[in-house]
Amino acid sequence: MIEAHIRKRFPPGPESAGFLLDIEFQAGPGVSVLFGPSGSGKTLALSSIAGFVKPDAGRIQLDGQILYDADSRVCLRPQLRSCGYVFQNYALFPHMTLRENLAFAAVRHARLERYRVVSEMLDRFELGPVSGRRPHEVSGGEQQRCSIARALIGNPRLLLLDEPARGLDLPLRASLYRVLRQVRAAYQIPILLVTHDLDECLELGDRMLVLREGRLVQTGTPAAVRERPASIEVARLLGLTNLFRAEITALDPGRGQSRLRFEGFELAAAYLPGHFIGDRVWVSMPSEELRVSAGARPGPNQTSARLLNACQRSQSVRLEFAGDLSVDLPRAEFEKQKHNKEWLIEFPAAALRVLESGGANENPG
Amino acid sequence: MQGVDWFPLWLSLRVACISTLASLAVGLWLAYVLANRAFPGKELVDAAAALPLVLPPTVLGYYLLVVLGRESAFGRLYEWAFGQPLVFTWQAAVVASMLHAIPLLVKSARAAFESVDRTFEMAARNLGASEWRVFWRITLPLARRSVFAAGVLAFARSLGDFGATIMIAGNIPGRTQTIAVAIYDAVESGNGALARSLVLAISAISVAILYLASWIERRGQAA
Repeated sequence: MIEAHIRKRFPPGPESAGFLLDIEFQAGPGVSVLFGPSGSGKTLALSSIAGFVKPDAGRIQLDGQILYDADSRVCLRPQLRSCGYVFQNYALFPHMTLRENLAFAAVRHARLERYRVVSEMLDRFELGPVSGRRPHEVSGGEQQRCSIARALIGNPRLLLLDEPARGLDLPLRASLYRVLRQVRAAYQIPILLVTHDLDECLELGDRMLVLREGRLVQTGTPAAVRERPASIEVARLLGLTNLFRAEITALDPGRGQSRLRFEGFELAAAYLPGHFIGDRVWVSMPSEELRVSAGARPGPNQTSARLLNACQRSQSVRLEFAGDLSVDLPRAEFEKQKHNKEWLIEFPAAALRVLESGGANENPG
Repeated sequence: MQGVDWFPLWLSLRVACISTLASLAVGLWLAYVLANRAFPGKELVDAAAALPLVLPPTVLGYYLLVVLGRESAFGRLYEWAFGQPLVFTWQAAVVASMLHAIPLLVKSARAAFESVDRTFEMAARNLGASEWRVFWRITLPLARRSVFAAGVLAFARSLGDFGATIMIAGNIPGRTQTIAVAIYDAVESGNGALARSLVLAISAISVAILYLASWIERRGQAA
Protein backbone atom coordinates (compact mmCIF):
# COMPACT_ATOMS: atom_id res chain seq x y z
CA MET A 1 0.00 0.00 0.00
CA ILE A 2 1.45 3.31 -1.03
CA GLU A 3 0.09 6.51 0.44
CA ALA A 4 1.46 9.68 -1.04
CA HIS A 5 0.90 13.35 -0.62
CA ILE A 6 3.40 15.18 -2.77
CA ARG A 7 3.78 18.89 -3.19
CA LYS A 8 6.54 20.42 -5.25
CA ARG A 9 6.84 23.82 -6.81
CA PHE A 10 9.04 24.80 -9.71
CA PRO A 11 9.53 28.54 -9.99
CA PRO A 12 8.98 29.97 -13.44
CA GLY A 13 12.24 30.07 -15.38
CA PRO A 14 13.30 31.75 -18.59
CA GLU A 15 12.16 28.77 -20.64
CA SER A 16 9.25 27.39 -18.67
CA ALA A 17 6.23 28.65 -16.85
CA GLY A 18 6.08 27.86 -13.15
CA PHE A 19 4.68 24.51 -12.18
CA LEU A 20 3.09 23.18 -9.03
CA LEU A 21 2.62 19.49 -8.40
CA ASP A 22 0.14 18.82 -5.64
CA ILE A 23 -1.35 15.36 -5.51
CA GLU A 24 -2.61 13.00 -2.88
CA PHE A 25 -3.47 9.38 -3.51
CA GLN A 26 -3.32 5.84 -2.19
CA ALA A 27 -2.80 2.68 -4.16
CA GLY A 28 -3.01 -0.96 -3.14
CA PRO A 29 -1.91 -4.07 -5.02
CA GLY A 30 -2.70 -4.05 -8.72
CA VAL A 31 -1.94 -1.60 -11.49
CA SER A 32 -2.72 2.05 -10.84
CA VAL A 33 -2.21 4.19 -13.89
CA LEU A 34 -1.04 7.78 -13.60
CA PHE A 35 -2.57 9.20 -16.71
CA GLY A 36 -1.99 12.67 -18.09
CA PRO A 37 -0.49 14.70 -20.90
CA SER A 38 3.21 15.57 -21.01
CA GLY A 39 4.01 18.16 -18.41
CA SER A 40 1.25 17.11 -16.04
CA GLY A 41 3.74 15.92 -13.42
CA LYS A 42 3.36 12.14 -13.77
CA THR A 43 7.06 11.34 -13.98
CA LEU A 44 7.82 13.88 -11.26
CA ALA A 45 5.42 12.02 -8.99
CA LEU A 46 7.23 8.73 -9.66
CA SER A 47 10.63 10.34 -9.10
CA SER A 48 9.46 11.76 -5.79
CA ILE A 49 8.31 8.34 -4.64
CA ALA A 50 11.55 6.68 -5.75
CA GLY A 51 13.55 9.40 -3.99
CA PHE A 52 15.27 10.94 -7.01
CA VAL A 53 13.51 14.21 -6.34
CA LYS A 54 12.76 15.73 -2.96
CA PRO A 55 9.30 17.28 -2.67
CA ASP A 56 8.76 20.58 -0.87
CA ALA A 57 6.02 19.27 1.34
CA GLY A 58 3.88 16.25 2.00
CA ARG A 59 4.44 12.70 3.12
CA ILE A 60 5.05 9.41 1.36
CA GLN A 61 4.38 6.15 3.14
CA LEU A 62 4.93 2.64 1.82
CA ASP A 63 3.44 -0.28 3.77
CA GLY A 64 3.38 1.96 6.82
CA GLN A 65 7.05 2.96 6.51
CA ILE A 66 7.68 6.64 6.04
CA LEU A 67 9.81 7.33 2.97
CA TYR A 68 9.38 11.06 3.08
CA ASP A 69 7.82 13.37 5.59
CA ALA A 70 8.29 17.10 5.34
CA ASP A 71 7.14 17.78 8.91
CA SER A 72 9.60 15.42 10.59
CA ARG A 73 12.28 16.06 7.95
CA VAL A 74 12.53 12.44 6.92
CA CYS A 75 13.74 11.80 3.38
CA LEU A 76 15.10 8.30 2.82
CA ARG A 77 17.80 7.80 0.21
CA PRO A 78 16.65 5.98 -2.94
CA GLN A 79 18.77 2.99 -1.84
CA LEU A 80 16.57 2.44 1.20
CA ARG A 81 13.16 2.78 -0.38
CA SER A 82 12.66 -0.65 -1.98
CA CYS A 83 10.78 0.74 -4.91
CA GLY A 84 11.49 -1.06 -8.17
CA TYR A 85 11.79 1.46 -10.99
CA VAL A 86 11.59 0.67 -14.69
CA PHE A 87 13.01 3.56 -16.67
CA GLN A 88 11.68 4.75 -19.97
CA ASN A 89 14.77 3.65 -21.89
CA TYR A 90 15.29 0.65 -19.55
CA ALA A 91 18.62 2.05 -18.23
CA LEU A 92 20.26 -1.37 -18.45
CA PHE A 93 23.95 -0.98 -17.65
CA PRO A 94 25.58 -1.20 -21.08
CA HIS A 95 28.91 -2.55 -19.83
CA MET A 96 27.37 -5.55 -18.06
CA THR A 97 25.74 -8.69 -19.40
CA LEU A 98 22.08 -9.30 -18.65
CA ARG A 99 23.12 -11.71 -15.88
CA GLU A 100 25.46 -9.11 -14.40
CA ASN A 101 22.69 -6.53 -14.57
CA LEU A 102 20.48 -8.76 -12.47
CA ALA A 103 23.33 -9.75 -10.14
CA PHE A 104 24.09 -6.07 -9.55
CA ALA A 105 20.53 -5.68 -8.27
CA ALA A 106 20.61 -8.84 -6.15
CA VAL A 107 22.63 -7.28 -3.31
CA ARG A 108 19.68 -7.55 -0.96
CA HIS A 109 19.93 -11.33 -1.16
CA ALA A 110 22.43 -13.34 0.86
CA ARG A 111 25.69 -13.84 -0.98
CA LEU A 112 25.26 -17.60 -1.44
CA GLU A 113 21.70 -17.19 -2.65
CA ARG A 114 22.46 -14.69 -5.37
CA TYR A 115 23.44 -17.02 -8.17
CA ARG A 116 20.32 -19.11 -7.72
CA VAL A 117 18.01 -16.08 -7.42
CA VAL A 118 19.47 -14.53 -10.57
CA SER A 119 19.14 -17.79 -12.50
CA GLU A 120 15.53 -18.20 -11.41
CA MET A 121 14.73 -14.66 -12.49
CA LEU A 122 16.43 -15.19 -15.86
CA ASP A 123 14.32 -18.30 -16.41
CA ARG A 124 11.10 -16.68 -15.31
CA PHE A 125 11.57 -13.83 -17.78
CA GLU A 126 12.79 -16.14 -20.56
CA LEU A 127 16.24 -14.60 -20.62
CA GLY A 128 18.30 -17.75 -19.98
CA PRO A 129 19.68 -18.20 -23.52
CA VAL A 130 20.83 -14.57 -23.80
CA SER A 131 21.95 -14.04 -20.21
CA GLY A 132 25.62 -13.77 -21.25
CA ARG A 133 25.03 -10.97 -23.74
CA ARG A 134 25.22 -7.23 -23.29
CA PRO A 135 22.02 -5.16 -23.54
CA HIS A 136 22.83 -3.84 -27.03
CA GLU A 137 23.23 -7.40 -28.30
CA VAL A 138 19.71 -8.54 -27.43
CA SER A 139 16.28 -7.65 -28.83
CA GLY A 140 14.10 -4.83 -27.56
CA GLY A 141 11.72 -7.30 -25.93
CA GLU A 142 14.58 -8.95 -24.08
CA GLN A 143 15.90 -5.60 -22.87
CA GLN A 144 12.43 -4.75 -21.67
CA ARG A 145 12.00 -8.02 -19.78
CA CYS A 146 15.47 -7.69 -18.32
CA SER A 147 14.73 -4.21 -16.99
CA ILE A 148 11.52 -5.44 -15.35
CA ALA A 149 13.29 -8.50 -13.92
CA ARG A 150 16.06 -6.27 -12.58
CA ALA A 151 13.55 -3.99 -10.89
CA LEU A 152 11.81 -6.98 -9.27
CA ILE A 153 14.80 -9.04 -8.17
CA GLY A 154 15.27 -7.16 -4.91
CA ASN A 155 11.65 -7.95 -3.95
CA PRO A 156 10.48 -4.35 -3.96
CA ARG A 157 7.33 -3.36 -2.12
CA LEU A 158 6.26 -1.17 -5.03
CA LEU A 159 6.93 -1.19 -8.77
CA LEU A 160 7.15 2.08 -10.68
CA LEU A 161 7.00 2.11 -14.47
CA ASP A 162 7.73 5.30 -16.39
CA GLU A 163 6.02 5.15 -19.80
CA PRO A 164 7.37 1.68 -20.50
CA ALA A 165 5.62 1.43 -23.87
CA ARG A 166 6.75 4.76 -25.26
CA GLY A 167 8.23 4.39 -28.71
CA LEU A 168 7.59 0.64 -28.93
CA ASP A 169 6.16 -0.95 -32.04
CA LEU A 170 2.95 -2.95 -31.74
CA PRO A 171 4.33 -6.49 -31.23
CA LEU A 172 6.72 -5.23 -28.57
CA ARG A 173 3.91 -3.36 -26.89
CA ALA A 174 1.76 -6.49 -26.84
CA SER A 175 4.60 -8.50 -25.30
CA LEU A 176 5.14 -5.82 -22.67
CA TYR A 177 1.47 -5.93 -21.70
CA ARG A 178 1.66 -9.72 -21.44
CA VAL A 179 4.69 -9.53 -19.15
CA LEU A 180 3.11 -6.84 -17.00
CA ARG A 181 -0.06 -8.87 -16.59
CA GLN A 182 2.05 -11.82 -15.43
CA VAL A 183 3.90 -9.55 -13.01
CA ARG A 184 0.62 -8.24 -11.65
CA ALA A 185 -0.57 -11.79 -11.06
CA ALA A 186 2.68 -13.01 -9.49
CA TYR A 187 3.53 -10.07 -7.22
CA GLN A 188 1.04 -8.75 -4.72
CA ILE A 189 2.47 -5.24 -4.74
CA PRO A 190 1.16 -1.91 -5.94
CA ILE A 191 2.28 -1.11 -9.47
CA LEU A 192 2.27 2.52 -10.56
CA LEU A 193 2.34 2.99 -14.30
CA VAL A 194 2.79 6.34 -15.99
CA THR A 195 1.33 6.77 -19.44
CA HIS A 196 -0.52 9.13 -21.72
CA ASP A 197 -2.01 6.32 -23.77
CA LEU A 198 -5.66 5.60 -23.02
CA ASP A 199 -5.57 2.17 -24.65
CA GLU A 200 -2.67 1.15 -22.42
CA CYS A 201 -4.58 2.40 -19.44
CA LEU A 202 -7.70 0.43 -20.36
CA GLU A 203 -5.64 -2.65 -21.11
CA LEU A 204 -3.59 -2.76 -17.92
CA GLY A 205 -5.10 -0.49 -15.34
CA ASP A 206 -7.10 -1.60 -12.34
CA ARG A 207 -7.36 2.01 -11.33
CA MET A 208 -6.73 5.24 -13.09
CA LEU A 209 -5.58 8.57 -11.69
CA VAL A 210 -5.98 11.42 -14.13
CA LEU A 211 -3.46 14.23 -13.74
CA ARG A 212 -3.73 17.63 -15.24
CA GLU A 213 -1.33 20.51 -14.60
CA GLY A 214 -0.02 18.92 -11.44
CA ARG A 215 -3.41 18.10 -9.91
CA LEU A 216 -5.45 14.93 -9.72
CA VAL A 217 -8.71 15.63 -11.53
CA GLN A 218 -10.37 12.22 -11.47
CA THR A 219 -9.82 8.71 -10.15
CA GLY A 220 -11.68 5.47 -10.80
CA THR A 221 -11.51 2.38 -12.91
CA PRO A 222 -10.35 3.16 -16.44
CA ALA A 223 -13.65 1.99 -17.89
CA ALA A 224 -15.64 4.18 -15.51
CA VAL A 225 -13.47 7.21 -16.21
CA ARG A 226 -13.86 6.76 -19.93
CA GLU A 227 -17.56 6.23 -19.57
CA ARG A 228 -18.09 9.22 -17.30
CA PRO A 229 -15.30 11.79 -17.51
CA ALA A 230 -15.66 14.16 -14.57
CA SER A 231 -15.20 17.27 -16.67
CA ILE A 232 -14.68 18.56 -20.16
CA GLU A 233 -10.91 18.73 -19.46
CA VAL A 234 -10.78 15.06 -18.56
CA ALA A 235 -12.83 14.20 -21.63
CA ARG A 236 -10.36 16.13 -23.79
CA LEU A 237 -7.37 14.47 -22.08
CA LEU A 238 -8.87 11.09 -22.83
CA GLY A 239 -9.09 12.13 -26.48
CA LEU A 240 -12.86 11.69 -26.60
CA THR A 241 -14.52 12.97 -29.75
CA ASN A 242 -17.88 14.70 -30.15
CA LEU A 243 -17.78 17.04 -27.19
CA PHE A 244 -20.54 19.62 -27.47
CA ARG A 245 -22.09 22.37 -25.45
CA ALA A 246 -25.85 22.04 -25.01
CA GLU A 247 -28.71 23.67 -23.16
CA ILE A 248 -31.31 21.64 -21.34
CA THR A 249 -34.68 22.59 -22.77
CA ALA A 250 -36.90 19.98 -21.16
CA LEU A 251 -36.76 17.53 -18.25
CA ASP A 252 -39.37 14.82 -17.81
CA PRO A 253 -38.70 12.61 -14.79
CA GLY A 254 -41.98 10.76 -15.41
CA ARG A 255 -40.84 9.32 -18.70
CA GLY A 256 -37.18 9.46 -17.77
CA GLN A 257 -36.42 11.83 -20.61
CA SER A 258 -34.83 15.15 -21.30
CA ARG A 259 -34.21 17.34 -24.30
CA LEU A 260 -30.94 19.01 -25.18
CA ARG A 261 -30.54 21.85 -27.62
CA PHE A 262 -27.29 21.98 -29.56
CA GLU A 263 -26.25 24.51 -32.13
CA GLY A 264 -28.66 23.83 -34.94
CA PHE A 265 -30.45 20.76 -33.66
CA GLU A 266 -32.24 19.33 -30.67
CA LEU A 267 -32.02 15.80 -29.28
CA ALA A 268 -33.83 13.62 -26.78
CA ALA A 269 -31.68 12.16 -24.02
CA ALA A 270 -32.17 10.21 -20.82
CA TYR A 271 -33.42 12.09 -17.77
CA LEU A 272 -30.73 14.17 -16.07
CA PRO A 273 -31.11 14.12 -12.29
CA GLY A 274 -29.70 17.12 -10.51
CA HIS A 275 -30.04 19.49 -13.45
CA PHE A 276 -32.46 22.28 -14.22
CA ILE A 277 -34.05 23.47 -17.39
CA GLY A 278 -31.84 26.14 -18.90
CA ASP A 279 -28.59 24.60 -17.59
CA ARG A 280 -25.71 24.74 -20.02
CA VAL A 281 -23.85 21.43 -20.00
CA TRP A 282 -21.12 19.59 -21.88
CA VAL A 283 -22.21 16.46 -23.68
CA SER A 284 -19.98 13.69 -24.92
CA MET A 285 -21.18 11.30 -27.61
CA PRO A 286 -18.87 8.30 -28.08
CA SER A 287 -18.25 8.10 -31.79
CA GLU A 288 -18.75 4.32 -31.91
CA GLU A 289 -22.27 4.59 -30.46
CA LEU A 290 -23.65 6.91 -33.13
CA ARG A 291 -25.28 5.52 -36.25
CA VAL A 292 -25.47 6.79 -39.79
CA SER A 293 -27.83 6.20 -42.66
CA ALA A 294 -28.60 7.62 -46.07
CA GLY A 295 -31.26 10.28 -46.43
CA ALA A 296 -31.99 13.96 -46.47
CA ARG A 297 -34.88 14.38 -44.06
CA PRO A 298 -33.89 13.92 -40.41
CA GLY A 299 -36.24 11.82 -38.28
CA PRO A 300 -36.36 11.88 -34.47
CA ASN A 301 -32.94 12.27 -32.87
CA GLN A 302 -31.30 12.57 -36.24
CA THR A 303 -29.50 15.37 -37.98
CA SER A 304 -28.26 15.64 -41.51
CA ALA A 305 -24.59 16.26 -41.95
CA ARG A 306 -22.02 16.77 -44.66
CA LEU A 307 -19.28 14.14 -44.85
CA LEU A 308 -15.81 15.65 -44.98
CA ASN A 309 -13.57 12.65 -44.75
CA ALA A 310 -13.53 8.90 -44.18
CA CYS A 311 -10.40 7.68 -42.40
CA GLN A 312 -9.47 4.03 -42.54
CA ARG A 313 -8.43 2.63 -39.20
CA SER A 314 -7.26 -0.81 -38.19
CA GLN A 315 -10.62 -1.97 -36.85
CA SER A 316 -13.10 0.55 -38.18
CA VAL A 317 -13.68 3.52 -40.41
CA ARG A 318 -13.96 6.97 -38.89
CA LEU A 319 -16.36 9.32 -40.70
CA GLU A 320 -15.67 12.98 -40.10
CA PHE A 321 -18.58 15.32 -40.66
CA ALA A 322 -18.82 19.09 -40.79
CA GLY A 323 -19.25 20.63 -37.34
CA ASP A 324 -16.66 18.40 -35.60
CA LEU A 325 -18.89 15.35 -35.52
CA SER A 326 -17.30 11.98 -36.03
CA VAL A 327 -18.73 8.48 -36.19
CA ASP A 328 -16.88 5.17 -36.06
CA LEU A 329 -18.33 2.46 -38.25
CA PRO A 330 -17.36 -1.20 -38.47
CA ARG A 331 -15.64 -1.80 -41.80
CA ALA A 332 -18.46 -4.02 -43.16
CA GLU A 333 -21.07 -1.40 -42.30
CA PHE A 334 -19.06 1.25 -44.08
CA GLU A 335 -18.80 -0.89 -47.22
CA LYS A 336 -22.61 -0.99 -47.34
CA GLN A 337 -22.99 2.76 -46.92
CA LYS A 338 -20.01 4.21 -48.68
CA HIS A 339 -22.02 5.34 -51.71
CA ASN A 340 -24.44 7.46 -49.66
CA LYS A 341 -24.93 10.90 -51.16
CA GLU A 342 -26.58 12.47 -48.16
CA TRP A 343 -25.99 11.43 -44.62
CA LEU A 344 -28.12 11.36 -41.52
CA ILE A 345 -26.61 10.86 -38.12
CA GLU A 346 -28.69 9.25 -35.46
CA PHE A 347 -28.04 9.83 -31.76
CA PRO A 348 -29.47 7.07 -29.53
CA ALA A 349 -30.51 8.58 -26.21
CA ALA A 350 -28.03 6.32 -24.37
CA ALA A 351 -25.15 7.73 -26.42
CA LEU A 352 -25.58 11.23 -25.01
CA ARG A 353 -23.54 11.58 -21.83
CA VAL A 354 -23.73 14.76 -19.88
CA LEU A 355 -20.45 15.54 -18.11
CA GLU A 356 -21.42 16.03 -14.50
CA SER A 357 -19.28 18.85 -13.18
CA GLY A 358 -20.01 20.89 -16.26
CA GLY A 359 -20.78 23.86 -13.99
CA ALA A 360 -21.36 27.44 -14.98
CA ASN A 361 -17.67 28.29 -14.61
CA GLU A 362 -16.72 26.22 -17.64
CA ASN A 363 -15.57 28.27 -20.56
CA PRO A 364 -16.75 27.00 -23.88
CA GLY A 365 -14.06 26.05 -26.37
CA MET B 1 75.89 6.80 -25.64
CA GLN B 2 78.75 5.74 -23.38
CA GLY B 3 78.92 7.58 -20.12
CA VAL B 4 75.42 8.97 -20.26
CA ASP B 5 73.90 9.16 -16.81
CA TRP B 6 70.36 7.79 -17.16
CA PHE B 7 69.40 8.51 -13.57
CA PRO B 8 67.28 11.59 -14.47
CA LEU B 9 65.18 9.49 -16.85
CA TRP B 10 64.43 6.78 -14.26
CA LEU B 11 63.72 9.42 -11.63
CA SER B 12 61.31 11.20 -13.93
CA LEU B 13 59.47 7.99 -14.80
CA ARG B 14 59.23 7.07 -11.13
CA VAL B 15 58.04 10.56 -10.16
CA ALA B 16 55.49 10.59 -12.99
CA CYS B 17 54.13 7.15 -12.08
CA ILE B 18 53.67 7.94 -8.41
CA SER B 19 52.34 11.39 -9.16
CA THR B 20 49.81 10.03 -11.68
CA LEU B 21 48.52 7.41 -9.25
CA ALA B 22 48.25 9.91 -6.41
CA SER B 23 46.61 12.46 -8.71
CA LEU B 24 44.10 9.88 -9.88
CA ALA B 25 43.07 9.24 -6.30
CA VAL B 26 42.67 12.92 -5.49
CA GLY B 27 41.52 14.11 -8.92
CA LEU B 28 38.85 11.48 -9.51
CA TRP B 29 37.42 12.01 -6.06
CA LEU B 30 37.29 15.78 -6.58
CA ALA B 31 35.85 15.37 -10.06
CA TYR B 32 33.14 13.03 -8.79
CA VAL B 33 32.21 15.42 -6.01
CA LEU B 34 32.09 18.34 -8.46
CA ALA B 35 30.02 16.34 -10.93
CA ASN B 36 27.53 14.96 -8.41
CA ARG B 37 27.18 17.22 -5.42
CA ALA B 38 25.71 20.65 -5.22
CA PHE B 39 27.30 22.77 -2.52
CA PRO B 40 27.95 26.47 -2.04
CA GLY B 41 31.20 27.62 -3.61
CA LYS B 42 31.33 24.65 -5.96
CA GLU B 43 32.38 26.67 -8.99
CA LEU B 44 34.96 28.43 -6.83
CA VAL B 45 36.50 25.07 -6.03
CA ASP B 46 36.39 24.23 -9.72
CA ALA B 47 38.16 27.47 -10.58
CA ALA B 48 40.77 26.93 -7.85
CA ALA B 49 41.39 23.42 -9.19
CA ALA B 50 42.06 24.88 -12.63
CA LEU B 51 44.39 27.60 -11.37
CA PRO B 52 47.63 25.59 -11.80
CA LEU B 53 46.84 25.31 -15.51
CA VAL B 54 47.18 29.05 -16.00
CA LEU B 55 49.72 30.16 -13.39
CA PRO B 56 53.41 30.19 -14.40
CA PRO B 57 55.11 27.05 -13.01
CA THR B 58 57.55 29.14 -11.02
CA VAL B 59 54.65 30.80 -9.25
CA LEU B 60 53.33 27.36 -8.34
CA GLY B 61 56.79 26.41 -7.11
CA TYR B 62 56.91 29.52 -4.97
CA TYR B 63 53.52 28.74 -3.45
CA LEU B 64 54.67 25.22 -2.74
CA LEU B 65 57.80 26.50 -1.05
CA VAL B 66 55.65 28.71 1.13
CA VAL B 67 53.21 25.95 2.02
CA LEU B 68 55.61 23.01 2.30
CA GLY B 69 58.84 24.74 3.32
CA ARG B 70 60.72 23.85 6.50
CA GLU B 71 59.28 26.87 8.31
CA SER B 72 55.66 26.13 7.40
CA ALA B 73 53.25 24.16 9.55
CA PHE B 74 53.01 21.37 7.02
CA GLY B 75 56.76 21.29 6.56
CA ARG B 76 57.33 20.92 10.29
CA LEU B 77 54.69 18.22 10.54
CA TYR B 78 56.30 16.32 7.66
CA GLU B 79 59.75 16.63 9.17
CA TRP B 80 58.45 15.42 12.53
CA ALA B 81 56.72 12.45 10.92
CA PHE B 82 59.39 11.32 8.46
CA GLY B 83 62.54 12.69 10.06
CA GLN B 84 63.57 14.74 7.04
CA PRO B 85 62.29 17.83 5.28
CA LEU B 86 60.11 17.45 2.20
CA VAL B 87 61.67 20.20 0.13
CA PHE B 88 64.63 19.34 -2.10
CA THR B 89 63.81 15.63 -2.16
CA TRP B 90 62.40 13.61 -5.04
CA GLN B 91 59.12 13.35 -3.07
CA ALA B 92 58.83 17.11 -3.48
CA ALA B 93 59.07 16.59 -7.24
CA VAL B 94 56.10 14.24 -6.96
CA VAL B 95 54.10 16.98 -5.22
CA ALA B 96 55.08 19.48 -7.92
CA SER B 97 54.00 17.06 -10.66
CA MET B 98 50.72 16.37 -8.92
CA LEU B 99 49.96 20.05 -8.92
CA HIS B 100 50.11 19.92 -12.70
CA ALA B 101 48.36 16.60 -13.10
CA ILE B 102 45.39 17.12 -10.79
CA PRO B 103 43.83 20.08 -12.66
CA LEU B 104 44.01 18.15 -15.93
CA LEU B 105 42.41 15.13 -14.32
CA VAL B 106 39.69 17.09 -12.55
CA LYS B 107 38.76 18.96 -15.71
CA SER B 108 38.53 15.94 -17.97
CA ALA B 109 37.19 13.49 -15.40
CA ARG B 110 34.45 15.89 -14.34
CA ALA B 111 33.38 16.25 -17.96
CA ALA B 112 33.57 12.47 -18.36
CA PHE B 113 31.48 11.79 -15.25
CA GLU B 114 28.94 14.39 -16.26
CA SER B 115 28.62 12.83 -19.70
CA VAL B 116 27.55 9.52 -18.15
CA ASP B 117 23.78 9.25 -18.50
CA ARG B 118 22.29 10.13 -15.11
CA THR B 119 19.63 7.45 -15.39
CA PHE B 120 22.27 4.73 -15.02
CA GLU B 121 23.33 6.18 -11.69
CA MET B 122 19.72 6.69 -10.63
CA ALA B 123 18.95 3.10 -11.59
CA ALA B 124 21.92 1.83 -9.59
CA ARG B 125 20.87 3.78 -6.48
CA ASN B 126 17.33 2.59 -6.95
CA LEU B 127 18.65 -0.98 -6.96
CA GLY B 128 20.24 -0.43 -3.56
CA ALA B 129 23.83 0.36 -4.55
CA SER B 130 25.81 2.58 -2.20
CA GLU B 131 27.44 5.73 -3.60
CA TRP B 132 30.79 3.94 -3.45
CA ARG B 133 29.43 1.04 -5.47
CA VAL B 134 27.72 3.39 -7.93
CA PHE B 135 31.07 5.04 -8.56
CA TRP B 136 33.16 1.88 -8.96
CA ARG B 137 30.65 -0.25 -10.83
CA ILE B 138 28.73 2.29 -12.91
CA THR B 139 30.17 5.79 -13.26
CA LEU B 140 33.87 4.91 -13.53
CA PRO B 141 33.43 1.97 -15.94
CA LEU B 142 31.14 4.02 -18.17
CA ALA B 143 33.59 6.93 -18.18
CA ARG B 144 36.68 4.70 -18.34
CA ARG B 145 37.92 5.74 -21.77
CA SER B 146 37.92 9.44 -21.02
CA VAL B 147 39.37 8.83 -17.57
CA PHE B 148 42.10 6.68 -19.08
CA ALA B 149 42.91 9.36 -21.64
CA ALA B 150 43.03 11.92 -18.85
CA GLY B 151 45.38 9.68 -16.87
CA VAL B 152 47.74 9.41 -19.81
CA LEU B 153 47.76 13.17 -20.26
CA ALA B 154 48.42 13.62 -16.56
CA PHE B 155 51.32 11.17 -16.77
CA ALA B 156 52.80 13.02 -19.75
CA ARG B 157 52.39 16.33 -17.96
CA SER B 158 54.08 14.94 -14.83
CA LEU B 159 56.96 13.63 -16.88
CA GLY B 160 57.75 17.02 -18.31
CA ASP B 161 57.44 19.44 -15.43
CA PHE B 162 60.31 21.86 -15.05
CA GLY B 163 59.47 25.11 -13.32
CA ALA B 164 57.74 23.96 -10.16
CA THR B 165 60.08 21.00 -9.79
CA ILE B 166 63.25 23.04 -9.90
CA MET B 167 61.79 25.49 -7.38
CA ILE B 168 60.83 22.93 -4.77
CA ALA B 169 62.94 19.87 -5.50
CA GLY B 170 66.00 21.68 -6.71
CA ASN B 171 68.65 20.42 -9.04
CA ILE B 172 70.66 17.90 -7.07
CA PRO B 173 72.29 15.46 -9.53
CA GLY B 174 71.68 11.88 -8.52
CA ARG B 175 68.93 12.85 -6.08
CA THR B 176 66.36 15.30 -7.37
CA GLN B 177 67.49 16.01 -10.89
CA THR B 178 64.57 15.02 -13.14
CA ILE B 179 64.97 14.73 -16.89
CA ALA B 180 63.63 18.17 -17.76
CA VAL B 181 65.98 19.72 -15.24
CA ALA B 182 68.88 17.54 -16.38
CA ILE B 183 68.43 18.60 -20.02
CA TYR B 184 68.44 22.26 -19.03
CA ASP B 185 71.50 21.64 -16.92
CA ALA B 186 73.30 19.81 -19.72
CA VAL B 187 72.60 22.58 -22.23
CA GLU B 188 73.67 25.23 -19.73
CA SER B 189 76.98 23.49 -19.11
CA GLY B 190 77.59 22.84 -22.81
CA ASN B 191 77.19 19.07 -22.59
CA GLY B 192 75.44 18.72 -25.95
CA ALA B 193 75.84 14.93 -26.18
CA LEU B 194 74.07 14.33 -22.87
CA ALA B 195 71.29 16.79 -23.75
CA ARG B 196 70.75 15.09 -27.12
CA SER B 197 70.60 11.61 -25.59
CA LEU B 198 68.08 12.66 -22.96
CA VAL B 199 65.97 14.64 -25.45
CA LEU B 200 65.80 11.70 -27.84
CA ALA B 201 64.99 9.25 -25.07
CA ILE B 202 62.19 11.34 -23.58
CA SER B 203 60.74 12.08 -27.03
CA ALA B 204 60.68 8.39 -27.94
CA ILE B 205 59.07 7.46 -24.63
CA SER B 206 56.40 10.16 -25.00
CA VAL B 207 55.53 9.08 -28.52
CA ALA B 208 55.34 5.46 -27.38
CA ILE B 209 53.05 6.32 -24.47
CA LEU B 210 50.69 8.38 -26.61
CA TYR B 211 50.60 5.68 -29.27
CA LEU B 212 49.91 3.00 -26.69
CA ALA B 213 47.15 5.10 -25.17
CA SER B 214 45.38 5.71 -28.45
CA TRP B 215 45.77 2.03 -29.34
CA ILE B 216 44.13 0.94 -26.08
CA GLU B 217 41.42 3.50 -26.55
CA ARG B 218 40.67 2.33 -30.09
CA ARG B 219 40.62 -1.28 -28.97
CA GLY B 220 38.21 -0.30 -26.19
CA GLN B 221 35.85 1.29 -28.66
CA ALA B 222 35.82 -1.79 -30.86
CA ALA B 223 34.92 -4.07 -27.94
